[in-house]
Amino acid sequence: MEKSINVTLKIWRQAGPKAKGAFETYKLDNVSTDSSFLEMLDVLNERLVKERKEPIAFDHDCREGICGMCSLYINGHPHGMDPETTTCQLHMRRFSDGETITVEPWRSTGFPVIKDLIVDRSAYDKIIQAGGYVSVNTGGIPDGNAIPIPKYAADEAMDAASCIGCGACAAACKNGSAMLFVAAKVSQLALLPQGKVERAARAKAMVGKMDELGFGNCTNTGACEVECPKAISISHIARLNREYLSAKFKD
Amino acid sequence: MAKKQDATSVEEIKIDAKIPTGPLAEKWSNYKDHQKLVNPANKRKLDVIVVGTGLAGASAAASLAEMGFNVLNFCIQDSPRRAHSIAAQGGINAAKNYQNDGDSVYRLFYDTIKGGDYRAREANVYRLAEVANSIIDQCVAQGVPFAREYGGLLDNRSFGGAQVSRTFYARGQTGQQLLLGAYSALSRQVGKGAVKLYARYEMLDVVVVEGRARGIIARNLVTGKVERFFAHAVVVGTGGYGNAFFLSTNAMGSNGSAAVQMYKKGAYFANPAYAQIHPTCIPVHGEFQSKLTLMSESLRNDGRIWVPKKKEDAEAIRAGKLKPTDLKEDDRDYFLERRYPAFGNLVPRDVASRAAKERCDAGFGVGNTGLAVYLDFSSAIDRLGENVIRARYGNLFQMYEKIVDDNPYNTPMMIYPAIHYTMGGIWVDYELQTSVPGLFCIGEANFSDHGANRLGASALMQGLADGYFVLPYTIQNYLADQIQVPRMSTDLPEFKEAEKAVSERIEKIMKIQGDRSVDSIHRELGLVMWDFVGMGRNKEGLQHALERIQEIRKTFWTKVYVPGQSADMNIELEKALRVADFIEIGELMARDALMREESCGGHFREEYQTPEGEALRNDEEFAFASCWKFNGEGEEPTLLKEMLEYEFIKRQQRNYKA
Repeated sequence: MEKSINVTLKIWRQAGPKAKGAFETYKLDNVSTDSSFLEMLDVLNERLVKERKEPIAFDHDCREGICGMCSLYINGHPHGMDPETTTCQLHMRRFSDGETITVEPWRSTGFPVIKDLIVDRSAYDKIIQAGGYVSVNTGGIPDGNAIPIPKYAADEAMDAASCIGCGACAAACKNGSAMLFVAAKVSQLALLPQGKVERAARAKAMVGKMDELGFGNCTNTGACEVECPKAISISHIARLNREYLSAKFKD
Repeated sequence: MAKKQDATSVEEIKIDAKIPTGPLAEKWSNYKDHQKLVNPANKRKLDVIVVGTGLAGASAAASLAEMGFNVLNFCIQDSPRRAHSIAAQGGINAAKNYQNDGDSVYRLFYDTIKGGDYRAREANVYRLAEVANSIIDQCVAQGVPFAREYGGLLDNRSFGGAQVSRTFYARGQTGQQLLLGAYSALSRQVGKGAVKLYARYEMLDVVVVEGRARGIIARNLVTGKVERFFAHAVVVGTGGYGNAFFLSTNAMGSNGSAAVQMYKKGAYFANPAYAQIHPTCIPVHGEFQSKLTLMSESLRNDGRIWVPKKKEDAEAIRAGKLKPTDLKEDDRDYFLERRYPAFGNLVPRDVASRAAKERCDAGFGVGNTGLAVYLDFSSAIDRLGENVIRARYGNLFQMYEKIVDDNPYNTPMMIYPAIHYTMGGIWVDYELQTSVPGLFCIGEANFSDHGANRLGASALMQGLADGYFVLPYTIQNYLADQIQVPRMSTDLPEFKEAEKAVSERIEKIMKIQGDRSVDSIHRELGLVMWDFVGMGRNKEGLQHALERIQEIRKTFWTKVYVPGQSADMNIELEKALRVADFIEIGELMARDALMREESCGGHFREEYQTPEGEALRNDEEFAFASCWKFNGEGEEPTLLKEMLEYEFIKRQQRNYKA
């Protein structure tokens, strides 16, 4: 049932990539517990605009937990403390009356701040551009049922393919590693016959690009798996390591 | 208000859709056999701008780059992978007939035409059905992990408006997987340097030089800088304008601004009134609400829709004195099964939405607002077990529970119709070219294939058909004549003037410094749209809406407040520019709805219905696509008609009863 709570928000404000940022504190009363976290921020922004102040910039789009655009470190967790939940799907009923909520942008050298809570995640696009695909052109493709794929392989590939590219894994990692993101794509394509042709080249290219872009290495702390809103398993990192090592041995 | 709203000027110009001659099934082959092509050496000399990176935009940009064109690709999000196609849940149609249940290209064509209430162009729809099978093959080759049977072959499910199982899916995330497939193909071309990607850029105008589209003006959303870009042709795939209603299932950033820019540069806006209201969305629950969430149509495979049979039960449920699970089978009204025995819960979206509204208006609705009906899985869970239902719809059930805080495995979901998709859009001919030469429009942004109502799992099909298999052919027929045209300087006066106009518009908005937030004006517009241009429309309401929209326009241009600077990342400015355009679209929608004195598909005029409450078309007078031509700011647009002549099938009243 709907009720309302009062919260105090400590939010990171930063005017631009090179500006010095700081926390600002806002009190927000009568927040409906049925509202989502971002709707709560909308209400705060509406108030700021009324006060003729600049609203807080944050990334968001689909608000259905699938586009991967929303981010935010909430009380020390990427996408907040709820398991398997993106920030846009987090609801205020998960917070208590009088609570102080700390909101920060992604904390990762791979994702520099653009403004307030918005960061630049183009590094993830660059990793995909390095090899996260099957090299097929449009057209001239055999029938979709020409190659049967075992259900378990398709299902596991789908588990990996559920990645929304939000960046929570790298943001959660004490090493700032993007291994879970890279692993999800390498694993998905290695599991499918269509992706097997280029598996060695793909693993090397994507890992190489990740390193080049300044992401750290993986020490198996498992933080990424815990914080991943789509519950991507670190077993995919194990598969990535195997793909990468066997590719390197072949060199 | 300058002029009387319902006096619409009509020009009897025959619009040429350039439909190839010959039998229906041979038109596309004939076209491809005779169209002009561009040789590989010349492709390198030609630049194409593609705006949007959804299914249509990404697949077009990737395919054009693979062929050798230089592509510039723009999106407003931080990455092309975020485009709203990603949120499509249920699936994609194709006529593979893998289920041996009688499907064929003709049947997919026929179902789509009928589903669209006979208001789409025959030749386009046939081509769509024809290329649909190649889309599935293409996506499988890209590594899209479609659902499979234990034998390793592709699985299918059923969707509304069809009696065969032709929908391919990847759990409840089909749009995501198809978009990531197109994104991977696009990324490959970006990696090769064949596509130059401009993320966090928003198109703000088309540049027309000597009557042809030659580029765009776009704003860098990070720096606020307004920039000019040249290309030999411009392709726009920026999605639909459902957010004119403020609350819709569209993403927060989805907007109709590119469509308005094209319209103001001479492209016709066709059938703006055709908006789809999706029956299965989570009901509105509060004033702070920012958007509505769709529950996939695939749920209607196993969910049964009902309301209480007795008004007193409905009242008791609304008052919280009775639970839906307390109601005996005999006390439930499965109204879709009752009214439409042949299709039952799988009637098309417009039919299901209206039936739900009818029950709620009659006082049988549930939820604390009375604006909800049940979608019940108990009989499916009894029949198949909870695990099977979890495997099919687990992510949707989880999403529902997060939003509503109710477990749909134990108690029925509550749903209500919401704006979801716009069939209307920029008019295009058979080649997907708008009425401005060199300007093409693909995907949801164009008006072409769904008529007055789109069937489920057909949006993904159309977006990818346009981008992979139609535009890459048809654009060559245009570009073949452009190989002599050298790249133009963006210092040409046309570019400078377009940029200046954009910058002036931005400064005008910044300078208003009123006392209304952008969202508050958008919300006001949305309420007018929902109340008067929504599920049930009538003459009086539409006239009232036109007056109200005029007032809202005035409010916007005198009272909006945008804080911050224009030469900076400015989220309020981005929203303001879009809302200014939603006001224009809202007016066009109301105008079009007022003109169309019939009911068809998603357009329901209360004055025109059968005694049973079904949509009553008027083929004598309204068998045309309405194309609105811009005549200048403050002037009434002109109505042009593309007559929809049906050569191959006979128009009938849609019947989902028997």
